[in-house]
Amino acid sequence: MPPRHPTVALVGNPNTGKTSLFNALSGLNQRVGNYPGVTVETKKGKFHWRGETFHVIDLPGTYSLAARSPDEMVAVDVMLGREEGEPKPDLVLTIVDASNLERNLYLTTQVLELGVPVIVALNMIDIADHQGVTIDVAQLSRNLGVPVVEVQANKGRGIDALKTAIAQAIQQPAPAHGPAFPDEFESEVNRISQHLNHGTPRFLVRRLLIDVGGYTERLLTQQQHDHLAEEIQAARQRLALAGCSVPAVEARTRYQWIRQATTGCLQRPAQRRVNWTDRLDAVLTHRVGGLVIFLAVMFLVFQSIFVWADYLMKPIRDGQKLFGGWLATLLDPGPLRSLLTDGVVNGVGSVLVFLPQILILFAFIAVLEDCGYMARAAHLMDKLMARAGLNGKSFIPLLSSVACAVPGIMAARVIENRRDRFATILVAPLMSCSARLPVYALLIGAFLSGDDHAWWTPGVTLFAMYCIGLVVAPLVAFLLKRTLLRGETPVFVMEMPLYKTPSLRLIARRAFEASWMFIRRAGTLILASMIVIWALLYFPATNANGQGYDVLLNEKEEARAKLDNEIKALKAQANEPSDNDLNGQLKALTERSQNLDDEIHQLQHDWKRGSYLGRVGRWLEPAVRPLGWDWRIGMAALASFPAREVMVGTLGIIFQQGEGDSGDDAYRKELGQRLQEATWEDGGSRKLFTVPVALSVMVFFALCCQCASTLAVIKRETNSWRWPAFTFFYMTALAYVGAWLVYQVGTAWGGG
Amino acid sequence: MSTLDKLRVGQRGRVQSMHGSDALAQRLYEMGFLEGEEIEVLGFAPLGDPMEIRLRDYRLSLRRNEAARITVAVVC
Repeated sequence: MPPRHPTVALVGNPNTGKTSLFNALSGLNQRVGNYPGVTVETKKGKFHWRGETFHVIDLPGTYSLAARSPDEMVAVDVMLGREEGEPKPDLVLTIVDASNLERNLYLTTQVLELGVPVIVALNMIDIADHQGVTIDVAQLSRNLGVPVVEVQANKGRGIDALKTAIAQAIQQPAPAHGPAFPDEFESEVNRISQHLNHGTPRFLVRRLLIDVGGYTERLLTQQQHDHLAEEIQAARQRLALAGCSVPAVEARTRYQWIRQATTGCLQRPAQRRVNWTDRLDAVLTHRVGGLVIFLAVMFLVFQSIFVWADYLMKPIRDGQKLFGGWLATLLDPGPLRSLLTDGVVNGVGSVLVFLPQILILFAFIAVLEDCGYMARAAHLMDKLMARAGLNGKSFIPLLSSVACAVPGIMAARVIENRRDRFATILVAPLMSCSARLPVYALLIGAFLSGDDHAWWTPGVTLFAMYCIGLVVAPLVAFLLKRTLLRGETPVFVMEMPLYKTPSLRLIARRAFEASWMFIRRAGTLILASMIVIWALLYFPATNANGQGYDVLLNEKEEARAKLDNEIKALKAQANEPSDNDLNGQLKALTERSQNLDDEIHQLQHDWKRGSYLGRVGRWLEPAVRPLGWDWRIGMAALASFPAREVMVGTLGIIFQQGEGDSGDDAYRKELGQRLQEATWEDGGSRKLFTVPVALSVMVFFALCCQCASTLAVIKRETNSWRWPAFTFFYMTALAYVGAWLVYQVGTAWGGG
Repeated sequence: MSTLDKLRVGQRGRVQSMHGSDALAQRLYEMGFLEGEEIEVLGFAPLGDPMEIRLRDYRLSLRRNEAARITVAVVC
């Protein structure tokens, strides 16, 4: 067995520079881990000091160890050594903000009771200095009874001294200090202990008594005998009568102790100094000015992921096409070639294509969080989001989802409350993302614009499609918060941290980490689903005579290429416009080329029609009839489930326009004409697409979760298959009902 | 005597008492809302809620219905 290295757990309030300290300690030696059943992440790293290796666990930022959910319990369990597969830490390092010392020390006083050596890293002393606050570090260390080390985490200062202190303190016994609770309280703790399993840590018994309705209470009253709940109730009543009611007794005891511990070593100026945060907040949280600046910032975020990211996404798409084309020239037509070019290259491309948006959005979020603006944004938007049962922090994830739900869902990590975070994640795919745009453009272009319609119809229709998401998402969130995600209203109480200059290194790191995580955790799932849908569309790959479609197609395509070359050569010769002989030849050749084109389209059509997915589509036709669709629309919608942008290309093949790029305007226009001409396959001349049918397809796309990437990211962010499955089903049901309503109402209105 | 949510911008109050033993009460205690602490109202969000206050050495945003839990004596 290798020698066990000492482990250090790092805890601290949010906004204290905890991440910077963790990075300064462990450098690039980091990995991210999830514990089963929780959605918060813990990072692990290690550092070497004087020949010894130390492990560091970075626990989620928190104000207190009073856990109310499994997510909040992780820090407690890790520090008590109760987390499975995780050794009890040999030392707990707490980081505190020197400019807000008293409140930061609250958590430290709780840590002092865990029976582990403790070190306090005193951060942001420069900011405290600026405010005229002085701290006598040596005196503070004596009063607290644990080493206090001054650091400047974002600049990497004081780290060596901290490592030395860690190496020393780890050898020492745990401090016996910490606030003494009133005797009445301690005797109730003793009494409850007798009802519990032997060996339940005293820390947990205290939590059991203090945290009314907290996680420890729920957990232990479930595990232990029935009388426990009554015992706790009685104990709390006795404490209330004795004048030390929970939970107030804890805060009073701790803050009183902190006041004593800081007396003589914490000096504040007689008059509070006005600082930059005061000046900035006067503008940035102003009722009018603050809102204007907020809207400008949001516009910038939105513009960057909607427009700027596109400059980076285009080369990825082009590169994918180029690489696929190059690969196709190396291989003979057949399943392998198709698997590699259409399945794998497409799949990898559709993973990579998200990276620009994720990188940019996360860089923005890191800037907003690190400089302190994120809390202001949440403050400004809270009332609006509260109406849907969410809170202000849901705003940026939902806004980002209008560009793409994948980065939007990842951005929901900023929401601490689990139920609010889940509600945000589950409704984010309803926001109309940019991948829906080609579908809207195709159908609006073909059926809702031109001379038959008022000049404003296209704009209003597109706007209405976006509004569907904006209206339905809050409604669904509202319902979810009252049903599946019901629970006590989460506490909003949010710290507005001091403004500071964001650290470039931290921003680059966050953006890179988010992208890498997406590739590693969601990438494989996306790739797999792309390959499955490829196979369903590819097989069976032979026609009724047993000839391979790909071989037939290849022959025709080669013949056409040859013809095209001949035409080109002829055209080059035809300097004389009056050369009738040549023109006649050219005309004949062009006609043959067009005929070949039609044959190719027919072959592609037959192939898709006969594929497993095509069969399912035809079999499902009765189900899509009430929406006004035939099997071809149904199958195209079905093929778009892994990625909705596939819709345009699939319609192109089924309606024999040939395969094309959904972003290509000319192609979409030609395909639109095909769709206008399309009739029902019953031999009659009844038009397939009417305005209600087009609307019904668009509404379906607006509401349906046709995006494997989104589902993969939901799985990753919720750490469970349950939620992506739920999202998929509720959105499909919503889409079906929505499309049905639009078609039925539209037809009844006489639109048909 | 008033509750914190009733204070105007720029007004200060001293915490008299707080009710309840639920998660909200506990969080407020933990954040330092204890008897005798002075609180200053810094402003309200555009829709009138939540409110921004200063407590001890830091700033906090809380909803008015949360602030209504806290009874304060107006200082000025």
